[in-house]
Amino acid sequence: MAIAVEGSRPKKRSVLDRLSVGNRDKSITFVNVLLMCLPALGMLIVFNYLPMFGLVIAFKDYRFAKGIFGSEWVGFNNFRFIFGGAGTGWRIVWHTVSYNLIFIFSGLVGSLSLAFLINEVHTTRASRVYQALAFLPHFVSWVVVGIFANGFLRYDGGVVNKLLISLGREPLLFYQSPSYWPYILAAVNLWKGVGFGSIIYMAGMLGIDDELYEAAQIDGADRWQQIRYITLPLLIPLIITVTLLSLGGIFRGNLEMFQMMIGNNPLLYSTTDIIDTFVFRSLLTLGSLGMASAAGFFQSVVGLFMILATNALVRTINRERALY
Amino acid sequence: MAQAQAIVRPRRRNRFSVSKTLIHLVLAVVAFLCVMPMLLVISTSLSDDLIVAKEGLSLVPQGLTTYTYEFILASPAQLLRSYGVTMLITATGTIGGILVSSLMGYALAHRGFTLRGVFVFIIVFTMLFNGGMVPTYLIVRGVLGLHDNLLALILPTMIIPWYIMMFRSHFQGLPHEIMEAAKIDGAGEWRMFFQIAMPLSRPWLATIGLMYVLKYWNEWIPAMMYIEDPKLFPLQYLLQQIVRNAQFLRSVRDAMTTRVKIPGLSLQMSMVVVAAGPAMFVFMFLQKYFVRGLTAGAVKG
Repeated sequence: MAIAVEGSRPKKRSVLDRLSVGNRDKSITFVNVLLMCLPALGMLIVFNYLPMFGLVIAFKDYRFAKGIFGSEWVGFNNFRFIFGGAGTGWRIVWHTVSYNLIFIFSGLVGSLSLAFLINEVHTTRASRVYQALAFLPHFVSWVVVGIFANGFLRYDGGVVNKLLISLGREPLLFYQSPSYWPYILAAVNLWKGVGFGSIIYMAGMLGIDDELYEAAQIDGADRWQQIRYITLPLLIPLIITVTLLSLGGIFRGNLEMFQMMIGNNPLLYSTTDIIDTFVFRSLLTLGSLGMASAAGFFQSVVGLFMILATNALVRTINRERALY
Repeated sequence: MAQAQAIVRPRRRNRFSVSKTLIHLVLAVVAFLCVMPMLLVISTSLSDDLIVAKEGLSLVPQGLTTYTYEFILASPAQLLRSYGVTMLITATGTIGGILVSSLMGYALAHRGFTLRGVFVFIIVFTMLFNGGMVPTYLIVRGVLGLHDNLLALILPTMIIPWYIMMFRSHFQGLPHEIMEAAKIDGAGEWRMFFQIAMPLSRPWLATIGLMYVLKYWNEWIPAMMYIEDPKLFPLQYLLQQIVRNAQFLRSVRDAMTTRVKIPGLSLQMSMVVVAAGPAMFVFMFLQKYFVRGLTAGAVKG
């Protein structure tokens, strides 16, 4: 019997299946396997699924005493407040999307360039040192990154201002000047992520067949031509996949980063306030929970469609990397 | 043709080494920029506070002193407490997270398990859609009542759907023969999980475990949301509070022109070194595990 099953379904099924199918204690196995799922399942229900139902408060006038389901329905009022005339809704959505686009683009260019450079010298011992050092910022918490940034940008004694003064220029009040922050945040994000991001492209480069390069060398291609006509074209599917997957999260901002870099500094909100910081602030300072939940609802729902769309595209390119 | 190549070749090789030097130079600059903020912090922490206040931050210690470290070590109670809190939530969260997600991953590796499809959907859906911060906060704090409770820092972020799927695809790839032999020897599912599947998964346990460690160690937003009692401050949140308070105190002092003792920059920076340095040092040597987690790529069955 067991042999027949094995023979009729070769390779496709793992041993775990074969053992549970047609086994005399099949039901015991089922119960045990179900038990194994329960802890994770329970936590998913409490911390992931219950909050999804909690999204209804976007349509309610939430009162702490009445609870999520006891509060009164107010229809689209919360949305009207935040996305209507004087609301900041569209501003924070625009900031979230545009910062993510900046981060995705700069991260792509930075990580890819770093990967190319390290790949060019990848046989040397020094390359491992570069790689290790470039990876280091990944381990730094955003709290510490915020402190680093302050060391560079502070008015009195900050590194950047010391440099400006030594060049005979006026020092800048970064923490009061919103116009600098898109550049600052892009730089900080790049600093923290470039080494980490380059790893995936380097892995991709290592997967390219050496024979291609040998053939190209015989044909007289120099290193630049080899990159241009072999490495880059072969990396394109990976680049597109990674980019699409990050585009899927374009409505989700990095709260830890923005909250630590900007904090509650209203002088900078005009260029730096994103959905997540707005919601977080409203939540903790007991601002308008209604507007916060409306913004959160928008983020969750539009984010869902964004992920579905990008993931559908990823599936056509690289099925293995798609989320589902 | 052959002649032409012979002429061209030495020149090309020459240009090669020039460009290699250039690449090394660029990479060295990039690597330096990556570690420069850390050097800046260490150097400031070893500097004399008065000189720092006057001259600003510098990559070389000014008026070398270890005074600030002595100051911190003289009254380390809060720091030690926060270290303890962070270690506790990191250890519990990591062990719990690994256990819970590997169990589910193992269960979902069974193709004979009839609920498999449903459960996989339940997991994947949480990657696509979430309730966001407001409902989560209201449930954790309101419904579960986890205020000033370390469980609020451990439980809500313990399940990472992606890790369950990583475990699942790993268990699907385990060698058949061993599991089969164990089954014949009468091992039940739990025994097979704990005594065979887990020991065979050490590299994956290390990789996913370290990703958990890094996450729990560096997280501070949940503390800001759920913790008010300083006795329960994790390290990162303590650090954030110290820096924020120093900035706040400075603005107050400027307004009142009184002489309030404020932790200077060098003291703040030594707090950063003491609070964040050791963990970073350890992570640095475990880098290869993080790289493996990143390049795992295809994780679906």
